[in-house]
Amino acid sequence: MTEKTMNPNPDSDANESDVLVRVENLKKHFPVQSGLIANILNRGHIPAVKAVDGVSFTIRRGEVFGLAGESGSGKSTVGRLTLGLLPATDGKVIFDGVDLGSLKPEEMRKMRSRMQVIFQDPLASLNPRMTIGETIEHPVKIHITQNAQERRRIVWDILEKVGLSPAEQYYDKYPHQISGGQRQRVVIARALVTAPELVVADEPIAMADVSVRALLLDLMMRLKEEFNLTYLFITHDLATAKYICDRIAIMYLGKLCEVGPLQDVYKHSAHPYTRALLEAVPVPDPKHRRTEPMPAGEIPNAINPPSGCRFHPRCPLAQERCAQEEPPLREIAPGHQVACHFAETLFDS
Amino acid sequence: MADDILYSIRGLTVEYTTRAGVVRAVDDVSLDIRRGEILGLVGESGCGKSTLGKALMRLHRGPARITSGELWFDGRDLMKLSEREMPKIRGAEIGMVFQDPMTSLNPVQRIIEHLTETIQTHEPETSDEEAYARAEELVERLGIRRERLKDYPHQMSGGMRQRVMISLALALRAKLVIADEPTTSLDVIVEAKFLDLLKELQKEFGLTILLITHNIGVVAEVADRVAVMYAAKMAEVGDVNEVFANPKHPYTQGLLKSVPNIRLDEGELYKMGGAPPNLLHPPSGCRFAPRCPEAMDICHVKEPAFDVVEGDHLASCWLYQEHPEPAGAVS
Repeated sequence: MTEKTMNPNPDSDANESDVLVRVENLKKHFPVQSGLIANILNRGHIPAVKAVDGVSFTIRRGEVFGLAGESGSGKSTVGRLTLGLLPATDGKVIFDGVDLGSLKPEEMRKMRSRMQVIFQDPLASLNPRMTIGETIEHPVKIHITQNAQERRRIVWDILEKVGLSPAEQYYDKYPHQISGGQRQRVVIARALVTAPELVVADEPIAMADVSVRALLLDLMMRLKEEFNLTYLFITHDLATAKYICDRIAIMYLGKLCEVGPLQDVYKHSAHPYTRALLEAVPVPDPKHRRTEPMPAGEIPNAINPPSGCRFHPRCPLAQERCAQEEPPLREIAPGHQVACHFAETLFDS
Repeated sequence: MADDILYSIRGLTVEYTTRAGVVRAVDDVSLDIRRGEILGLVGESGCGKSTLGKALMRLHRGPARITSGELWFDGRDLMKLSEREMPKIRGAEIGMVFQDPMTSLNPVQRIIEHLTETIQTHEPETSDEEAYARAEELVERLGIRRERLKDYPHQMSGGMRQRVMISLALALRAKLVIADEPTTSLDVIVEAKFLDLLKELQKEFGLTILLITHNIGVVAEVADRVAVMYAAKMAEVGDVNEVFANPKHPYTQGLLKSVPNIRLDEGELYKMGGAPPNLLHPPSGCRFAPRCPEAMDICHVKEPAFDVVEGDHLASCWLYQEHPEPAGAVS
């Protein structure tokens, strides 16, 4: 197991200069108990939630890289680790050639202006006592300029660009005075005002209504072109991912099970879990019927993940080997990686 | 009332009194729920779909009030029942499943106690053993092992908790189950299995289900008919195949085009302009008119009736109704 899984990034067709983010064997374990008594009772072995347990991937400049999975898969933790918002238990995040783990706090602060984040709930991400103008001005003050007039110009500019136009109508408003869709536009404006290179978008449209979602996605894609952005798009919604992602990684219980160009992963999925996820997505067509059976049970506890392949207790194809031997993430077609012993059989079917 | 209709809502209006004024969250809505069907009720947040769902059990308290309308359930107008008679309907004849099962279950009560208490409250003559046996049989049918009956709600997964909620409704053989966003907090695989279960229960127990959801895909998957709400009004109702293939109301048309479809190869989603109106000051005429790509003069002036377009398909839209010439409609 060790030799094979330690080989990160069999991402053959990525040119090194194209890579913006390289994540290598990333791990994050959250201890569930600590303290002297727990330590003695557990004989020094403290149980931990293995939220992220050895994940490697690359994000290329200018692409939308999707990271999809169910709740508890660890996808949001990967997002936070990528931004350096959480210290990793093990592994590396290399941003534009720089290992984030090696940076001093002051250097990390400078680095932060190059990477930004958009969370799911705009109301929780905005300070209710700051006006929209103040909210967006804050990062400008920290990272760009102390000149008040200049700052105001920059804020007006970005407000217009995210579609909060005319800007003067929104500048002095508070978050509760605008709609949910408009709030998410404010969050997007705040993220982009420092001209970042990478934006981690963690379920950015999950709380919006259907008619607003399409508008927000369209906005994010237009801004991506205008600002030359790279997105790490974290989502549970594979139908939405289809409309914007160039490549996608499917995560299950702290590990990646499949990574590749979106069309390859969707049309030639070679991991039983990916297949089940794609099959489960409700299709807005009453004539469509699901054909494949759904896997048994629900996502297990990440404290004691199953042995071997983590999906094996729920997998319709599981053999004895799957319970013992963990399948490494390996390339089965150019740029298409799968962690399943039977990937070839599925790929061809 | 026709025999195949279990619940007939006529001219229902629900108002919330707020500091800013009175909001009509459900405004003169009429809708029939047929026996044995799954009726999908869809709309975006704030359209009044959940308020409507709660009104069917007369659950509203405090600032919300049913100000007019008739609620004909299985031959009785629930509006004419006293508050003391309502508990015999709630839970026993109409069950409810909410989005978050954790807030609907008692955290310090075991699952088995939820079930036996429900059975014995409504059917006091049932012995402990009998209630226990019924509970066991029921949860096993819903795919929960009987050992799990001793668990507390927090020990179960989200999908299992939602099955427990359904079992509470089935325990008393409710005729109607109102499920308000029952799968919204579930992951897709769990959601798919829960929807399969709903379909099975519909067939096996002849259950009638009102499925309230914002998820168009979920409706397409399980509903027999679909009702679309917009800004407190009913916009369109019809057979699910018919409405999806041939939507009449421009709002439904836009809504269906803006839903991502994983099975289609085409790349662009439809972007509907504007936003739903503030219900403190709804626009005059048709409420969708300010956003409607096909709005005519009459639409801004006079509200269309909710009427038959063809067969079983109803919509409230001037495109399908006789109306004065635009010149005559200038206000």
